[in-house]
Amino acid sequence: MNTFLSRARRTVALAALLALGGLLPLACTSNPNEEPERLSVYGLKHAAPTSPSDTLPDPIPNFRLINQMGQPVTNQTFAGKVYVADFFFTSCPSICPKMQSEMLRVYKAFEGNPNVLFLSHTIDPNHDSIPVLRDYAERLGIKDASRWHFARTQQDTVFKLASAYVSGAQIDKKAAGGFSHDGAFVLVDSQRRIRGVYDGMVKEQVDRLIAELPVLLKEEQLDKPVAAQ
Amino acid sequence: MNRALLVGAAGAALLLNLTGCFTERQNEGAQLYATHCASCHGDQGQGLQRLIPPVAGVDFMAQRRADLPCIIRKGLKGPLVVNGISYNQVMPGHEDLTDSQITNLLNFLHTNWGNQNQPYTIREASELLGRCNGSDGQ
Repeated sequence: MNTFLSRARRTVALAALLALGGLLPLACTSNPNEEPERLSVYGLKHAAPTSPSDTLPDPIPNFRLINQMGQPVTNQTFAGKVYVADFFFTSCPSICPKMQSEMLRVYKAFEGNPNVLFLSHTIDPNHDSIPVLRDYAERLGIKDASRWHFARTQQDTVFKLASAYVSGAQIDKKAAGGFSHDGAFVLVDSQRRIRGVYDGMVKEQVDRLIAELPVLLKEEQLDKPVAAQ
Repeated sequence: MNRALLVGAAGAALLLNLTGCFTERQNEGAQLYATHCASCHGDQGQGLQRLIPPVAGVDFMAQRRADLPCIIRKGLKGPLVVNGISYNQVMPGHEDLTDSQITNLLNFLHTNWGNQNQPYTIREASELLGRCNGSDGQ
């Protein structure tokens, strides 16, 4: 009797274990309703909210630039893609070479992915003509201007644009090269929203950009509008 | 016997003290490079593509040995060729460094990263700096 009971108990326990085991694979697969990892949205909000839920920062404004090949570069150039933006000038003797060598590292990491583009704005358009930008890009080893744009516009326009990218750039006679600017790399999604700001002078922060770019690319893939059913 | 030991110990102590002094100065070149040069020329002297020339393993260091102190002091503008590759960026000068700092910085480069050139004495570097009125005598 005793033996029978204990055997029955054992059978029940075993069945329970098996049943649990059957559930285990389900527990391991991620819940389809669970939110995937997303990067935060950064930036400043200037416009008055249109509703209580309208708390997102202003998107990157409209812009029209000219790149190193003399081609126009607008928001449309980056439609359906993500891009990394920075501000520099070709004769910059201080932080730019370090910045652009770090940007080159990000470029190399995503060279095979046409959904990741790069945009370097010159803050010294008076010196950085289109031929100067083209020479700079070629010397850096960038042959494909459609992947990494080195772009110019009027000086006051580029300063305003820099502040929209929450980057600092201004004329400073005391700074080496005549301009002061920070070395921020700004990650922008296909909805013109800033999704990351990284210090291009700090290797660890650039490593984080390289790690976070795929998170944004995955989100972009999931959010792609599906055909109406 | 005892005296010999004592003298030996004193000599060893003196030697240790001296190396202590020199070690400090030897590191100065590497520290100055990290502060003033690495952002453009790279943390290992590797340069940046065809934009910024390397300073590691370059013929330029030997060929232009007598010009280097003035290049650090006054900067450089216009095209130049390093290891057969042409570059054309502006290099800023360094009025903020003393003659001896320029000497230590250049001696660090002359004896590291594949460069094997004769280091300068501070006096020699000051003389070379005199050619561009760049010596501060310190």
